[in-house]
Amino acid sequence: MTATAPGTSARAVPRTTSHDGAAGRVEVHGLRKSFGTLEVLRDVDLTFEPGTVTVVLGPSGSGKSTLLRAINHLEKVDAGFVTVDGDLVGYRRRRGRRGDVLQELKEREILGQRTRIGFVFQSFNLFPHLTVLENVVEAPLSAQGRPRAEVEPEARDLLARVGLADKADARPRQLSGGQQQRVAIARALALRPGVLLFDEPTSALDPELVGEVLEVIKDVASTGTTLVVVTHEIGFAREVADNVVFMDGGVVVEQGPPDQVLSRPRHDRTRAFLDKVL
Amino acid sequence: MTVTTPGTRTPAPAAPARDTPATPYSDLRIVPARHPGRWVATAGVAVLLAMVVSSLLTNDRWEWDVVAQYLTWPSILSGAWATIRLTAAASVVGFALGTVLALMRLSRSPLLVGVSWAYTWVFRSVPLLLQLLLWYNLAYLYPHLSLGVPFGPGLLWFDTLGVIDKFGAAILGLGLSQAAYSAEIVRAGILSVDQGQQEAAASLGIPRRRQVTRIVLPQAMRSIVPTAVNEVIGLLKGTSIVYVLAYGELFYIASVIYGRNGKVVPLLIVAAIWYLVLTTLITIVQYYVERHYARGAVRTLPPTPLQRLRWSSAVAVARLTGRPVPPHVPPAFAARARVGVLTRTARTSGGPA
Repeated sequence: MTATAPGTSARAVPRTTSHDGAAGRVEVHGLRKSFGTLEVLRDVDLTFEPGTVTVVLGPSGSGKSTLLRAINHLEKVDAGFVTVDGDLVGYRRRRGRRGDVLQELKEREILGQRTRIGFVFQSFNLFPHLTVLENVVEAPLSAQGRPRAEVEPEARDLLARVGLADKADARPRQLSGGQQQRVAIARALALRPGVLLFDEPTSALDPELVGEVLEVIKDVASTGTTLVVVTHEIGFAREVADNVVFMDGGVVVEQGPPDQVLSRPRHDRTRAFLDKVL
Repeated sequence: MTVTTPGTRTPAPAAPARDTPATPYSDLRIVPARHPGRWVATAGVAVLLAMVVSSLLTNDRWEWDVVAQYLTWPSILSGAWATIRLTAAASVVGFALGTVLALMRLSRSPLLVGVSWAYTWVFRSVPLLLQLLLWYNLAYLYPHLSLGVPFGPGLLWFDTLGVIDKFGAAILGLGLSQAAYSAEIVRAGILSVDQGQQEAAASLGIPRRRQVTRIVLPQAMRSIVPTAVNEVIGLLKGTSIVYVLAYGELFYIASVIYGRNGKVVPLLIVAAIWYLVLTTLITIVQYYVERHYARGAVRTLPPTPLQRLRWSSAVAVARLTGRPVPPHVPPAFAARARVGVLTRTARTSGGPA
């Protein structure tokens, strides 16, 4: 581990309107990760400001998904660290006999940290044996220990927000792909996370279902939750993103506002990718 | 079930006859294909079946009156009850320990993995009969058992013979060897659940234990149940091996009775009938347990035999009376009735043409 201590991010960050006041500032420093001999992330540094929407673009194998999975510690990295609102993800700084050390957190503590970082999978990963409502209330009940009387009405509100109020008692396989992904978004929102990560949320959908999911993501973006979206939907990036990050070969090639990165890319690699996608 | 009536076979071509007017084939009669081979095979099996039934009825040596007399004999009933208790207790021990062994085998500690592997290796390798006799003779190795600090002083002392009687030895022998097989069944079930399920649970911060009990195991059950029931049925019959300990289960009791009265075959038949009955009960339970765990895995659950019966009779009534099918019958079933009506209208409209 070559991780250094987290920079104190106690600067006066303007609080946004995220549901429970969690600002949702994510910093990624010097992230490295290899699978065998393949280097997937090579020294990635990124900052996601609270309440912003960042779209991560890049060819497949460029490390986008691994980056997302590293942010909520589903993937353990080889070097570097991630902080959310100044708290290290997966480690704690503590005093050792010879100077400060980073103590690896117990699984239970990592699980607790994850409730602040929502994750939406490409393949939805809803629990097929539970009803839609049970899918949404499961984590607030068991991970946050909140009472059902409080969680259930909130879950029904969330389902209404994603347009699925009437599907509360259905099971995931009885829904279309677009509906399933909207349930998955409601499930992630039920924990009131400050940060929400989307790993290609529309890639497994039929073309005509993509729009309904993007609409829901747009709606979530307007609430002030920090969003990081890995996607190939350039139109969505242009319309919703505050920041576009282009990755290739495990490094951030360039980043900036959408009209700059998408319309006037500075790097040939970005241009070549956009030519293929558009 | 062979409830198809000749009327339901022909309708498919009849439907287009209504929509597309006067295709050149619409007036022609449909002649069903012939299957002479099937008829020959059916006749052959029918003859064999008749021979078996007639020999069962005409051969006096089956002594059906003796069978009937002993079928509900009090000691036979108590033997059947003992068999049920043995099966239930050994299944519980086997699957509880088997689940623990499966989770050990999937753990990240090499010692836990190794111990689980070694357990399965030993208990699958040694014959059950031998294991039973070993457990029954445990008192020879350890006359007393004690509960206390490992390698330290004991706090509670038991007489081995007092704790492990015939029933105890039978449960130990059957349950511990069953655990070795159950472990593999449970492990296969857990492996069959999509990796994404646990990942999703982890990303939601659901506690580890809850991930297993609420998310993974319920889904694993779908592939565990059919094999597990197979094992329970095997165990039910396997309990007959306990007769070597002279424990009063079904087979031992039957053998004691025929040892006294010499009616060997009728008593074997009595035991066989009871094993059949018990296995049938387990199979019925299996059907409903499988249905329970199929929730979410299939879009709509298949109807139970009872529902099927109720719906078919409702459809039959509707067809006979010409009234509409009641609304509680699902469309797939109601379709049969509608098909019948369609055929009739097709025929009548075809008549004058």
